[in-house]
Amino acid sequence: MELRTTNICMKNFKSRLPDVTFYSRESEAACGPRGSVVGFSGSVSEKMLSGLHYPGCPEARLRSLREKLPCREVQAGTLLAIMGEPEQYCYPSIFIYGHRATGKSHVILTLLKELELPHAAVSCVECVSAGLLFEQTLLALFGADSAALLPRLPSLSDFVRVYRQVCAQQPAKQTRYIVLERAELLRDMEANLLPGLLRLQELVDDNVAVILLSEIVWDKFRPNTGCFEPLLLHFPDYTKAELLQILSLDSNPSYTPELYSSYINILLGVFYSVCRDLRELRHLAALNFSKFCEPLEKGEAKEGNTHKLWRNIEPHLKRAMQTVYLREVSSVQWGQQQMDEKEATALRGLSALAHVELPYYSKFLLIAAYLASYNPARTDRRFFVKHHGKMKKTSFLKKHEKTSNHLLGPKPFPLDRLLAIFYSVVDSRVAPTASVFSQISSLVTLQLLTQVGHDDQLDTPKYKCAVSLDFILAISRTVSFDIVRYLYDFI
Amino acid sequence: MNTSSVSKGCFVFKPSSKKRKRTVGIDEYFVDGNDDCGNGRERFNICQKLWEKIKMDTEILQDELNEKILESLLDFIKKCTLSFQSRTDDWASRMRASEIPTAALVLGVNVPDHDMTFQSLSDLLKNSVTPFSVSVQAKECTALKNLMQRVLERLMGVGVSVEEDEEDSGIHLPQKRVSCSISVLCQWYKTVTKKHAMKSPDKTCSENGFLQSPPIVVIFKDFEAFNPRVLQDFILICNRYIHELPLIFVFGIATSPSTVQHILPHSVSSLLCIELFQSLSCTQHLATVIDKLILTSQFPFKLTGKVLQVLVSIFLYHDFSVRNFVKGLQLALLEHFHSQPLSVLCCKKQEARHNAQKLSHKDVEMVRQLPSFMRYVETQEPQEQVQLLTSDDHVKEVCQMLLKGLRKYHKNYYPILRCLHSLTASLPKYPLGKQIRELHISCLEKNVWETNEYESAMQLLRLLAKDELVAALRKCADILKPGKTKKMKSALQQLEDYIIRFEQLDGMSIETLSGEEITSPGKDLQKKTDLFQLQKTLLEMKGSRRTKKMSPFEILRNETLDFIDGLVRSHLTPPELQPLNEVCYYSSSGVLRRHLNATPRTSIQTALSHPFYFLQNENLKTDAGTVSSAAPDICIVYKLHLECGRLINLYDWLEAYATVVSAAEGKDPDAEDYGKVDELKHARFIQSVSELEFLGFVKSTKQKTDHVARLTWGGC
Repeated sequence: MELRTTNICMKNFKSRLPDVTFYSRESEAACGPRGSVVGFSGSVSEKMLSGLHYPGCPEARLRSLREKLPCREVQAGTLLAIMGEPEQYCYPSIFIYGHRATGKSHVILTLLKELELPHAAVSCVECVSAGLLFEQTLLALFGADSAALLPRLPSLSDFVRVYRQVCAQQPAKQTRYIVLERAELLRDMEANLLPGLLRLQELVDDNVAVILLSEIVWDKFRPNTGCFEPLLLHFPDYTKAELLQILSLDSNPSYTPELYSSYINILLGVFYSVCRDLRELRHLAALNFSKFCEPLEKGEAKEGNTHKLWRNIEPHLKRAMQTVYLREVSSVQWGQQQMDEKEATALRGLSALAHVELPYYSKFLLIAAYLASYNPARTDRRFFVKHHGKMKKTSFLKKHEKTSNHLLGPKPFPLDRLLAIFYSVVDSRVAPTASVFSQISSLVTLQLLTQVGHDDQLDTPKYKCAVSLDFILAISRTVSFDIVRYLYDFI
Repeated sequence: MNTSSVSKGCFVFKPSSKKRKRTVGIDEYFVDGNDDCGNGRERFNICQKLWEKIKMDTEILQDELNEKILESLLDFIKKCTLSFQSRTDDWASRMRASEIPTAALVLGVNVPDHDMTFQSLSDLLKNSVTPFSVSVQAKECTALKNLMQRVLERLMGVGVSVEEDEEDSGIHLPQKRVSCSISVLCQWYKTVTKKHAMKSPDKTCSENGFLQSPPIVVIFKDFEAFNPRVLQDFILICNRYIHELPLIFVFGIATSPSTVQHILPHSVSSLLCIELFQSLSCTQHLATVIDKLILTSQFPFKLTGKVLQVLVSIFLYHDFSVRNFVKGLQLALLEHFHSQPLSVLCCKKQEARHNAQKLSHKDVEMVRQLPSFMRYVETQEPQEQVQLLTSDDHVKEVCQMLLKGLRKYHKNYYPILRCLHSLTASLPKYPLGKQIRELHISCLEKNVWETNEYESAMQLLRLLAKDELVAALRKCADILKPGKTKKMKSALQQLEDYIIRFEQLDGMSIETLSGEEITSPGKDLQKKTDLFQLQKTLLEMKGSRRTKKMSPFEILRNETLDFIDGLVRSHLTPPELQPLNEVCYYSSSGVLRRHLNATPRTSIQTALSHPFYFLQNENLKTDAGTVSSAAPDICIVYKLHLECGRLINLYDWLEAYATVVSAAEGKDPDAEDYGKVDELKHARFIQSVSELEFLGFVKSTKQKTDHVARLTWGGC
């Protein structure tokens, strides 16, 4: 397959963005900066502010588009500008990035759907293999027959071959778009996949554009071998006002939109400082709204009485603040709690039941593992040998080891050391039975220990202890073992 | 086998057809080749019957224990299903429409027991909620691909086999592997539900009681063991399809619910709507099992204290697994019926009488040799003794009588044990143990009333206030009520009398108390300055207090407690004192421990350092710590390697080995080639070193090329 240079391809598309400079591979080699971010400030955005333009599209549809894309007109306008007229070639690949819930997928998919452009939207998380990705793309663009042409375990060149084949039968009248969500997963697939997709337009010789969506910046994508630089497009976070506008959209039909937006205003006042994630905020809004409306239901307050409503909801929001991001209680349970709570009972969330019941020896094995992970091996003599002879305090407490082992995290230790410590901390004589060993491996499956390096079992396996100090303190309290006395950090 | 041939050689013997038949059937194992008692088959049958009963009882028990949690889980799933359908009209449920309902089922660390719970859960689901439930295990889902494949296979595979009988045009699994994605599942689900709807168009429920669009329940059996990446991706994918597929997850969590947060990042866990379900703790579970299986006179088979101790300690110290406990019980049962010929008498009343009649002469001899029976004989009149030692028939008669006595003993033992436990379980510091099994074990081992703990428990009981005591006695009376034996009935009668007397006490107690004079010994004390004098007075005062006139309540309390003490003394005697207890009690705790809690490392070390222990060859018998030079090569090599440090020089090792082996060959120590390494010795040495390597004692090391590293610690 012949690879043409980008120059040829650059000729084919006509940019409607006079102020944006594109760097092709050639120019990149010459002048250094790799790719450019399309900015939304300055001259570009001022032109966009007037609204969305798309040639050959009725104004009414554009208006409905604008309604569906609140607070993202600028970005949508830029995108439309890049896409150009339907029959024109588009820039081969566009990379859109921005934090979670900034409307990346929403904007691009809405645009493509509303304007009825041929496109394939694939989430990379679903594609356990590249084959699935190819199949879904072909399926969406050309129908089921084309996907059947792919051989088993197709490679990128198979995909390109099949694409060319079907493309020859159905030549593109409009630009075809391939949208890949969570594109960061492409990096874990075959090495040639990402560079190949970026140049797909050249490879298949068709009017096709690949749009990659990710939460990660492009710098983390760039392969070592270099590749075609896509057009970078950043979706900034929503501002507070924008959040207010968006959240107000899903108002409850049984109340006026004004009430709901005043509710959202209160909510944002409380949570905006700790949480700007649209999804989380929406979740919180849905959780607490019924509580907010309670005085209205009871007839204690009118909709206009914002102050009273605020007084009523504020303590509940404060309480919800403790569990932001944690999702400790399911939304249904939260609702129930709010229904029947009278006093501030402690939330019986997921973390409330951190206590784990373990068999007696498992507890000691875990304690031994913890000691082995957080004590330097040379101090074992001091802690576990009865008559450890003279070990000078100064030499024992080496001052240069200022850093606490607990800050450094657990260190790996061999099985032998674990067992030696285990036998010296457990108070009775324990036979080295098979079940003691199997307990070690069950601790590993319970993720209380982790095995370091997947070596052969015969070859002295190494472990790390994966529990916290609080957890081990609770465990050792149940077997009345004073673990603090045995920890080097606390001596 | 003998042959008439004079010469040595190989002879073929065709096995006789009769012998070949012998190999079938498990019961044959009970009939030893050189059968000394003919009742093997009967013992096997009794054992089988008993085990079936025990198994059934435990299963019923398990179901009862799980009932509550499973029911709430089912309710949750049903509720979620309904909310899937009402999604569009309700604002609140529309707001959380993108969340996948998830049940976090916290089951405790006894992972082997979970299988049964999940089995009954999926049975329940299949019966009442949805035909679409899949359970997946971590070990079959190492990658996302595998997980998807399992889920699709199990969901669609079942559906296909059902549908294909009716019509050919039904859905069939895609031939190509490539398309194992949830979108395929979506299409499949749509077709299946459409078909359901077509079958019963007029009703919301189809004929088998399922809702119109039954949910798809995915059960993750061992949540912790899953690869976090796989789970995260799977949840993300499912979330994309939640509007088309009513998915519900069940996480089987072994440790604590917070592992959900450890394994799933916020971006993923925010897609779930998690509800928590906590199962019964396994210690409670064990207590119930012991209560129903061990502390009952229902089963004739019993465990001695030591055996029970072994089983309980394996449970508490090692695995927390009730299933393993029951397995241990099964092993004890088998061992008992296998090793004790007289266990033929260990069965129900009628059967036991029948079997006692049929005892052979050999069996009767065995009965005579039982220690408990010998003790019984010694207590009899001389004439009776002669009878017992000579007449088989008389022994059989006596056996029946003694077995009856044993049954009676059990019928009285368990109610009284429960009474004593209910009285002492609320005492501070639990002198007789918190759990009834502890009390049971100490009663099995010795006369419980002779222990200090019993003494202190009784003293504490004598300090109880009236309402507490009466409440405790009421509880005892409740326990005794179902008792059928005469002794239990009379004990119940007396106990109720005491309770009535306590109640009658109320009216008169105040008057009697006020009439009593309280002497104040304080003033006498002040005069005394001498220490000796002081001690004497104090002792006197103590004595006088004891003789001090007691209130009627105190008198009655003492009387009641003496009555209870009497009950304990007469009914809670250790079973060892009962004649013929060997028939019912399994006592070899060592065997059980060896089987259930094996020590492979110790066994290997014993085999290597004391080859005589397993080989039983007289030549290998040596003093402790030494190995005969005639021992197998690996033993010699092992012994030599023990004397080395962490790194072993192979050549030195070989030299030492050659010397030892030469001595074994009986060569002259002064000869020229003594201790020389020839090819044979070299090969033998290399072989045994590689055997040691295989067993995990040494491994090759990169530090020094001609050295191996020791993997066991200790050494010189």
